[in-house]
Amino acid sequence: MGSMTLLFLTIVIATSVATFLFVRHSARGRVLATTGTRLDQRFHSQPTYHGLFSGGVVAFLTLSTWALGAYVLPLANYAIIAIAMLVAAGIFASLSLRLIHPNFRARNFVEIFIKAGLILCSVLAVLTTLGIILSLLFESLRFFDQVPVLDFLTGLQWSPQTALRADQAGQSGAFGAVPIFAGTFLVMAVAIFIAAPIGLMIAIYLSEYASKKTRAIVKPAIEILAGVPTVVYGFFALLTVGPTIRAFAESLGFAVPTQSAIAAGSVMGVMIIPFISSLSDDVINAVPQSLRDGSYALGATKSETMKQVVFAGALPGIIGALLLAVSRAIGETMIVVMAAGRAANLTGNPFEAVTTVTVQIVALLTGDQEFDSPKTLAAFALGLVLFLITLVLNIIALMVVRKYRERYE
Amino acid sequence: MSDTSIHSSETARKRLRKRHAKEVRFRILGILAIAIAMVSLLWLLISVVGTGYKAFYQHDITMEVVLDETLLDPTGARDPQKLRGANYRRVIQNSLYERFPEVTDRKARQELFNIISTSGAPNFVRQMVYNDPSLVGQTLTIQVPTSDDVDQLFKGNIDRETPEALRKVSNRQIEWVDSLKATGEIKAHFNKRLFTGTDSRDPELAGIASAFVGSAMALGVAFLLAFPIGVGAAIYLDEFAPKNKFIDFIEININNLAAVPSIVFGLLGLAVFLNFFGLPRSAPLVGGMVLALMTFPTIIIATRSALRAVSPSIRDGALSVGASHIQAVFHHKLPLAAPGILTGSIIGMAQALGETAPLLMIGMVAFVTEIPTSVTEPAAALPVQIFLWSDSAERAWAERTSAAIIVLLTVLVVMNGLAIWLRSKLERRW
Repeated sequence: MGSMTLLFLTIVIATSVATFLFVRHSARGRVLATTGTRLDQRFHSQPTYHGLFSGGVVAFLTLSTWALGAYVLPLANYAIIAIAMLVAAGIFASLSLRLIHPNFRARNFVEIFIKAGLILCSVLAVLTTLGIILSLLFESLRFFDQVPVLDFLTGLQWSPQTALRADQAGQSGAFGAVPIFAGTFLVMAVAIFIAAPIGLMIAIYLSEYASKKTRAIVKPAIEILAGVPTVVYGFFALLTVGPTIRAFAESLGFAVPTQSAIAAGSVMGVMIIPFISSLSDDVINAVPQSLRDGSYALGATKSETMKQVVFAGALPGIIGALLLAVSRAIGETMIVVMAAGRAANLTGNPFEAVTTVTVQIVALLTGDQEFDSPKTLAAFALGLVLFLITLVLNIIALMVVRKYRERYE
Repeated sequence: MSDTSIHSSETARKRLRKRHAKEVRFRILGILAIAIAMVSLLWLLISVVGTGYKAFYQHDITMEVVLDETLLDPTGARDPQKLRGANYRRVIQNSLYERFPEVTDRKARQELFNIISTSGAPNFVRQMVYNDPSLVGQTLTIQVPTSDDVDQLFKGNIDRETPEALRKVSNRQIEWVDSLKATGEIKAHFNKRLFTGTDSRDPELAGIASAFVGSAMALGVAFLLAFPIGVGAAIYLDEFAPKNKFIDFIEININNLAAVPSIVFGLLGLAVFLNFFGLPRSAPLVGGMVLALMTFPTIIIATRSALRAVSPSIRDGALSVGASHIQAVFHHKLPLAAPGILTGSIIGMAQALGETAPLLMIGMVAFVTEIPTSVTEPAAALPVQIFLWSDSAERAWAERTSAAIIVLLTVLVVMNGLAIWLRSKLERRW
């Protein structure tokens, strides 16, 4: 198939480029001949547009001949298809010279085509969203055929191994996702607990206290944290932070596993810091200076102004930033896969290993899989939950931020 | 003279001192927050570089190997197939036994063999003989890696003081390798294998070449798809789109896509590209397509801000001398916005390079021992390789993982640096 595709592709490209060059060349002579004549005798379009139009038509003709011959009719003989493509191109190319005419609006056709292409590009964003929703929904529905939705959303036990043989004991496969949701929430809470105060204080310091020079150095330095790939954070959590926490806990007389909610959550918190700080920074800067000046005039110190006036004014925006951070923390994968563990514990203790939605999706879909088993379909159900939660969080956050912006405009 | 003003009474002064102390504390909290973030970043970098730099050198052993004809090619036919299947392990073992003739019992000889890379050395000689069968019968001087445990011993990661039973290297082995080191037969070299080698079960042989090529291919595919589509969509939305509900819907969509968790894109790729369209698993082509879907919202957002930064007078000027709208945009506005678009796209690509989760979903976790030559062949990607290696507990693997991370971070720094340089070099201000 490879060499045939290559041949057809070569025909398409060669014929359309040749037509483009040929028509442009022919048009150029005629366009030049009419310069300086009366306006209604001059050409509407430049030679290049005549060339582009004809070349485009040839590309369309050869491509549709190819599609017709190879996929619609299926013709076994590839030589016939190739010849048909060449004939189609040849017939149009010979006719195309008749189209070179002062009144022929080649440019308009070409521009309509370009515009259609641009529209197609923007529609792809919608198609991607549609693709995500449809594929998640479709696979989830198949999963819910086998496991009731209520069992999935309220069940307390998660052990997705399904029986390989009917007589196997203890391998029934339980798909109660509550421990997973709890684990996700726990890791997210640890991350936000660390990132929110630090990120906020950084934003406040940079927008209210720091000199221009300090800001110019510190802000990009903080942004580096956002540029480090998550797999690197995961490795850091696994190799350095987890063992450090364990050693520290052991010195206090506790036993903490290397993989724990606190290890994953704290590293994730560090990752989210720049996210919160830059969003809050924007929000704090958007609070009108007049509010600050009013507060200073009443004798308030800078920190009092910050805490009681600016913060109160910026609160909706900061909440929006936090919601976006929560959505980011819930969807984060690699850190938790590497550092949070795989056991589905239903616990509120951050010093234990927990599992999250993203970890389970990875666990269910890597390694050997047969596609129709509830085990792999469960990953899509989890993905649907993840997508919906982050979608709702994002929409609320964007709405809050937009409302807040309007307040000061 | 006594001041009776309520602002200068003792209680008022106390209150003011308290408020000022609070002010100082608040400020310190801000500095502390910045310090915590910076220390975390430093800690991460130091922990990675501190573990990883040791993987950039490796201990090799130089040995004389007699390519005994009676052992390798008893018939003398030099049949390539037979040569390939011959017992090179024995050849290496013989060479080692000759070097240490005092070692005679079976167990000790096994230990002796284990000081070198047990699968790497025979393969190395096999490849040499396969390339040049006339070598059979001659004596070769080869340089092969020591086993990862010996390497770790010399790097100081295996403590010589630990009791022998708990140590991965036995007392005898330490004695042998120390004597080899003293004669210069074991030497530390720059670890070229890390860059030219592919994935392997043995840490001393593993390299990132296949993952690097896989990543480059996936990124290339992602760029070829996401760049034109992203720029096209941005131009349409900014220049030609009418104001209506559908366009609003598209804009909301794009903003949302930028915030969808990356693993969801992986699920999309698995369900649509692999299961529906039947594209090959583990291929950089599919990886690139998934990464393209992820980065194209980023490129759209960057392109739009770059287009907005171009003064409207440019477009108006073009329109006023008779250019069509499309000509005004493509001939005049786009070239001026190009630096901004390029910068944004490079940063988007850098993000895509570090992305791991969606690639796991489409199966780019395969154990790949060959450098892929086309985008439809199975391949790993650099971040996925890091993830796979990090799973192994051995110290040598942690070292390799860190080294791979150093390479990944270096590439990211170069890409971001390039973006910043381009912006400062090409940017125009009005």
